[in-house]
Amino acid sequence: MNGSIFVNFPFIVVAVLLALGFYTIGFKRNLIKVVIGVEILEGAVNMFIVALGYVKGGYAPIYTQAPPEAVGKMVLPTPQALTLTSIVIGVAVSALMLAFAVNIYRHYGTLDVTKIRRLRG
Amino acid sequence: MTTTIIRTTTKILVPLILVFGSYIILHGHLTPGGGFQGGAVFASGLALLIVANNKEKVKELFNKVPLSQLESIGALGFLGIGALGFMGYTFLKNVIANSGFLFGAPTPKGINPGYLNTGGTLSYLNIFVGTKVLAGLTSIVLIFFLILRRERDEW
Amino acid sequence: MRRALGLFAFLSFIVFIIAVNISLRPFGEPPHTEMDNYFIEHAQEEASANNVVTSVVFDYRGFDTLGEATVLFTAVSGVLMALRHYGGKER
Repeated sequence: MNGSIFVNFPFIVVAVLLALGFYTIGFKRNLIKVVIGVEILEGAVNMFIVALGYVKGGYAPIYTQAPPEAVGKMVLPTPQALTLTSIVIGVAVSALMLAFAVNIYRHYGTLDVTKIRRLRG
Repeated sequence: MTTTIIRTTTKILVPLILVFGSYIILHGHLTPGGGFQGGAVFASGLALLIVANNKEKVKELFNKVPLSQLESIGALGFLGIGALGFMGYTFLKNVIANSGFLFGAPTPKGINPGYLNTGGTLSYLNIFVGTKVLAGLTSIVLIFFLILRRERDEW
Repeated sequence: MRRALGLFAFLSFIVFIIAVNISLRPFGEPPHTEMDNYFIEHAQEEASANNVVTSVVFDYRGFDTLGEATVLFTAVSGVLMALRHYGGKER
């Protein structure tokens, strides 16, 4: 509870992206759009983790040719490492989801979620 | 969707992208980047090569590229470098650092200009993970390309 | 009816997000930094690399990276398996 909400602008962006992603997953009927919603959610979560690790006025945690004032003020490296893991896993998961979407389209002839449930066969 | 403009641009751009991806993989312990990012850049160059050609050309290009073997080499190399740590220590211990092998020179403490011959195990792991990621992403793109092009051969 | 219920859940989620966003810590002041300060100070002598993020990914949390490589391998083989009827004899 720290007064103005505009201090943490990245968190607001994360909130907007989360709302967009959940809206897309919940209310769209095309499977490709559902996959896009999952990707938006994943981007929101990655951005939230990276924004949590930011130190005000910090530098990148790399010692190669860093400016001299960067020694005591580096951003936290662990959230960036976890986000790196998360991005690669997200690519793999989206590829798997798209492969299943292709399979469903071949089998049912449509990508509409409600019609897929109705056809069954 | 292969016009002359796209093919010519691809011919110029692809070597640059591949060199940049290799640079990111090899300098992963010094500059921003690493195995995953460099592998993704390399795979994006190969994806450009896939998208900008027609099906017969792609088959001819990628017939000799051992993608699944490269992926297996990446995974087994990661495990093997990790198992080097069993020489007296635990799994994934950085045993090559400060030992004088390739990539084994000691790192100076504090801010330094960055020497390529440092890093120990990390450099080897970067290279193996980069191999694995580029093989995996390229094979995913290749599979989807072949599926879609089978549908509409008139592209 | 079901759509109205989903809309209600969505709106309550938005209210929850706004509440969380007001009560968060301000941007740029992380609460607990002991572990990361240790990484930043000791990564050069322990992992022998200038890039602290690479040190964390491949040295301090190497098992995490190993699991991630396994996930990537599983996903690639899953795509191959899901599309094997349509791919024909390529690859």
